[in-house]
Amino acid sequence: MENKYAIESNNLSIHYGSYTAVKDVSVKIQPQKITAIIGPSGCGKSTLLRALNRMNDFVPGCHVTGELLLQGQNLYGNQIDPVEVRRKIGMVFQKPNPFPKSIYENIAWGARINGFKGKMDELVEQSLRSAALWDEVKDKLQESAYALSGGQQQRLCIARTIAIQPEIILMDEPASALDPISTLRIEELMQELKKNYTIIIVTHNMQQAARASDFTAMMMIDDNRAGGVIEFDETKKIFTRPSDKRTEDYVTGRFG
Amino acid sequence: MHTNNHYPQDQDFREALGGRYRTATIWQGLFLSALLIAIISLTALIYNVVDGAFGYVAFDYKKDPAEFTSTPLTELTQDELITILKDNLSSGAYKKLENEKPMQKRSQAELYTLFLERLVQLDTKETWSMTNSLMNSEKIKAEVAEKYPTANLEFRSWLTPQFLVTPMSSKAEFAGVRTAVLGSLWLVGIAILFSLPIGTGAAIYLQEYAPKNWFTGIIQTNINNLAGVPSIVYGMLGLAVFVRVMEPFTSGSMFGVTDSNGRTVLSAGLTMGILVLPLIIINAQEAIKAVPDSLRQAAYGVGATRWQAVWYHVLPNALPGILTGSILALSRALGETAPLIVVGASTFISLDPQGPFSKFTALPIQIYQWTTRAQSEFHAIAASAIVVLLVLLLTLNATAVLLRNRFQRRW
Repeated sequence: MENKYAIESNNLSIHYGSYTAVKDVSVKIQPQKITAIIGPSGCGKSTLLRALNRMNDFVPGCHVTGELLLQGQNLYGNQIDPVEVRRKIGMVFQKPNPFPKSIYENIAWGARINGFKGKMDELVEQSLRSAALWDEVKDKLQESAYALSGGQQQRLCIARTIAIQPEIILMDEPASALDPISTLRIEELMQELKKNYTIIIVTHNMQQAARASDFTAMMMIDDNRAGGVIEFDETKKIFTRPSDKRTEDYVTGRFG
Repeated sequence: MHTNNHYPQDQDFREALGGRYRTATIWQGLFLSALLIAIISLTALIYNVVDGAFGYVAFDYKKDPAEFTSTPLTELTQDELITILKDNLSSGAYKKLENEKPMQKRSQAELYTLFLERLVQLDTKETWSMTNSLMNSEKIKAEVAEKYPTANLEFRSWLTPQFLVTPMSSKAEFAGVRTAVLGSLWLVGIAILFSLPIGTGAAIYLQEYAPKNWFTGIIQTNINNLAGVPSIVYGMLGLAVFVRVMEPFTSGSMFGVTDSNGRTVLSAGLTMGILVLPLIIINAQEAIKAVPDSLRQAAYGVGATRWQAVWYHVLPNALPGILTGSILALSRALGETAPLIVVGASTFISLDPQGPFSKFTALPIQIYQWTTRAQSEFHAIAASAIVVLLVLLLTLNATAVLLRNRFQRRW
């Protein structure tokens, strides 16, 4: 059965102990599109994103209710191994976090632990090319990843994620620590990547969401301090004719 | 201008500022004096040790060297010494020495020591500290001439190469620290081999795997408290567990070693291992904690299991810190005396430790034993042994620091 959606959540709620951080999120993410998650600070955007590849498993006391379906399979089901989930759904973090190893090794390591059997040199080159980094680093593959600039490091992290050939790439404010030029390069890269991957990005930057995404999920906190998606639609519509008053206030800068 | 300004202005402000600077200067002075006190204490310590290790010694020969040879003592060769020893020792005594180590293989210095010890029977009358020797040289010479008319007076270093390679002897002039140094090295080696893997493993489990609940909280508190338990308590534990209960293992009788009881270097090493274990765990935990979480997340993000994240990223990055902990542990194990006394280090032993099931002595034990003797020459060799202990400590630490710097290679 061919699924229409890349990933789909039904009443997904995320709890820390007795406190509910994110409540009843039901969204259907389109494949090979960029979906942005926006909203004021503390509304649970990153928490939701991290729930999508079970990164929250490492947070003590965190548990998830509801359904998260990848190709019809509930990622929070009993037989699902979180390591497998993370291999299929890669993640790029807010602050560039390359491994303290060589550029080459940064990409090869993930491939190796996942049992990659092809030609490693080719995979490294291909991944770096896809991340638009190859030309800048091809002569210094054995040098430290820490010698790269912040923007280059972030593209290296994207290359590292691409190398394990995930189906979905999650990006948690990938450009928030970068200058405008590096930010632009990341955005261009995202447009390139969406030909092959589904991308979900959390961003604080409204212009970035408007510029770069196809769909936008607007999150907002309720009276119990639980975050939720209040509106989910095409980006164009969210930024021009939002149906929720709160979304309108937020995207026009009257609030948040 | 604000109408309701609660801050001092111009002149008032400057005056107050002057007061703030004065307070700062006073504190700076206090910190400096704290540092000076520390430096003075350390200098006094080193001076005190070195002072004892050099100085005048008045000695006499019970038999005149001329009875044995006409060559001046300083010019005796190896072969001459062997001949003298062979001619003058009883054949039984000579054979015994030959069995311990063939005469031809002994160095001139070793043979000369034998000559002094066995034949002319060197007899130390009195020793003086370095400062005393240098300051009151004339007075000491006069005193010796009066009190011991036949004695020789010599300024000597008690710390000689010979001192390092000679085993224990009942006479201070012929005693050395060889057995004690080897014993200490065995001890520290066993302690680190035992505690480093176990301590690191425990730290990894506590930091990376164990859930944070009341139970792990209790364990954590206890580990922290164990680090402060007096060492003699560990000695009691070592005596009860390693020397007594585990005797078949620690004495080696399990492995066919017969002439031994549980008071072996293995028991002592394991006791020291337990003693430094909390230290190693705490340091390793701190080192693991210091590895940024972003690195773990990066690893999980590309589909690593917890084990892979720990093994390939957390551990290599924590290794320098873990090694720092082992340096501290090493220093502690090398200097501890109390548990060794309880576990049963030998105070007089002249045979090198042959393996983990040997009887042993260690430098601190040897030093302690020598300082309790009445004769001043023993105090001089105790001072020399302290110098050896300090140098050994610095050498081992330097090795560990070098190792750490190797692993610290930053990308």
